[in-house]
Amino acid sequence: MENKSPDECLDCRTCCTRLEKVGVAFGVNQVLKDINLHIHCGQLTAIIGPNGAGKTTLFRAILGEVPFTGEIHNDLSHAQKPHDLIIGYVPQRLEYDATSPVSVLDLFAAALSARPVWTGQSGATIRAARSALDMVEAGQLLRARLGTLSGGQLQRVLLALALTPVPDLLLLDEPVSGVDPSGIDLFYRMVSDLRRRHHLAILLVSHDCAVVARHADRMLFLNRSILSDGKPADVLGSDIVIKTFGRVIIPEAAACARSSQEDGL
Amino acid sequence: MTHITSFIGILPFEWAHYAFMQNALLAVLIVTPLFAFLGCMVVNNQMAFFSDAIGHAGLTGIALGALLGMAETPLWSMLVFAVLMAVGITVLRRYSAASSDTVIGIVMSFTVACGVVILSRGGGFNKYSRYLIGDLLSITRGEILSLILVAALFLVFWLSSFNRIFLVSTNTSLARSRRVNIWFTQGLFACITALVVTMSIQWVGILVINALIILPAAAARNLARSMAAYLWMAAGMSVIAGVSGLITSYYWSSATGATIVIFGMVFYVGSLVAGRVRGR
Repeated sequence: MENKSPDECLDCRTCCTRLEKVGVAFGVNQVLKDINLHIHCGQLTAIIGPNGAGKTTLFRAILGEVPFTGEIHNDLSHAQKPHDLIIGYVPQRLEYDATSPVSVLDLFAAALSARPVWTGQSGATIRAARSALDMVEAGQLLRARLGTLSGGQLQRVLLALALTPVPDLLLLDEPVSGVDPSGIDLFYRMVSDLRRRHHLAILLVSHDCAVVARHADRMLFLNRSILSDGKPADVLGSDIVIKTFGRVIIPEAAACARSSQEDGL
Repeated sequence: MTHITSFIGILPFEWAHYAFMQNALLAVLIVTPLFAFLGCMVVNNQMAFFSDAIGHAGLTGIALGALLGMAETPLWSMLVFAVLMAVGITVLRRYSAASSDTVIGIVMSFTVACGVVILSRGGGFNKYSRYLIGDLLSITRGEILSLILVAALFLVFWLSSFNRIFLVSTNTSLARSRRVNIWFTQGLFACITALVVTMSIQWVGILVINALIILPAAAARNLARSMAAYLWMAAGMSVIAGVSGLITSYYWSSATGATIVIFGMVFYVGSLVAGRVRGR
């Protein structure tokens, strides 16, 4: 465990986001308690934990979507140009019905441009969307309707969207649920590559401990508070994780928790 | 406006010679694309039941106006009440553990009950039953001007806020990561919906106003493959259904709002079949 207090953290020049004593409560239900966490640039941090451990809530607190106690600081002093923190977010899933008339381009245009989507898109927006999609090998999906995409295609599209503009902090909330195994591998290779290329800080929530352990620099075991923090192999070997998930073998795809659920999809 | 109505008067149809039909046609041309645009995002946000509840709240607004001794059509009390209800439901949806259709169902039934109790006291409800079916043919020039004003306001909102509403309807966390203020956007959209619905109630009627909003959007969803196509198809179908319904209601002597809904339904069924045939 290395929940250092901010004062101890002298090597923190590249520390992008710092959570201090963060807590979230919904009514009497204390979902997160006493979260101290430094998220570093260029580091892929995987968060594992049982269902209802507060993983998604942690993201929603960082996004400012739910009220929280404690403090979240964003340090961008290392940035070349001063700017507000840019967060890229890839949701677990998008809720839409099969007839939803939303195209991939619509999603990009709404996020990137001030021009109302229903008046059409400018050439610049279309070019920006296409080059973002090309990054994740999905350029041909520009005009596709969301309802026609496979799980893997949709997650790559959402990743491309989260990376435009290049964020300081990338939040991935179970980004590969509903993606077939080859799609999962492609997705993680892209994420690892992006981290190196853009020096991103990445937080990744996943149920599939074994697979993320191969790609992550650091792993957190979260269950309302951070119970284990360190290198993936150490966290997966800690007593509390073994008690929750059983022994997880890296690198081959032994699974934990609900990963069997993902295999069939 | 006189130029427009006199232009309508040139048309070689019997109905086109009457001033009330000229006014009604103008009103239909303003209101139907507005309803269609609004309906597209109401459907996208899964708020169809919400807009229905706002329509029903009109009755309570009228009742409150009557209590306060306001004019025959107490637009202000209706507007204030509808906006309060829109904000109320938005807040309840956020803080209540009950599902949002349960919350809306409770609020709607209760407000309608309050309205009916107040208006029916002493057996005088019949006086207000015209609000249930509406009377588009009674619209005056001045009222058309106020509709134009609402349409202009709506257009400004629709140009400036559409992308944010769209992002919030797609995924709230994703919208938040794009710095969209979720609660403000949802609240504002609810208020604008309340404004448009309430302004139109006396002409199209509480019973069918929601169908006029939802049907064109639902029909366009069966065919559209992008947001732009979705909104413009809905607007086109809404205008055609509106004009067809108005003219038909003239010959049938039926309530205009309800007759337009029949045509809207024809579009919906037609688009459903066309969408299936195209195979998507």
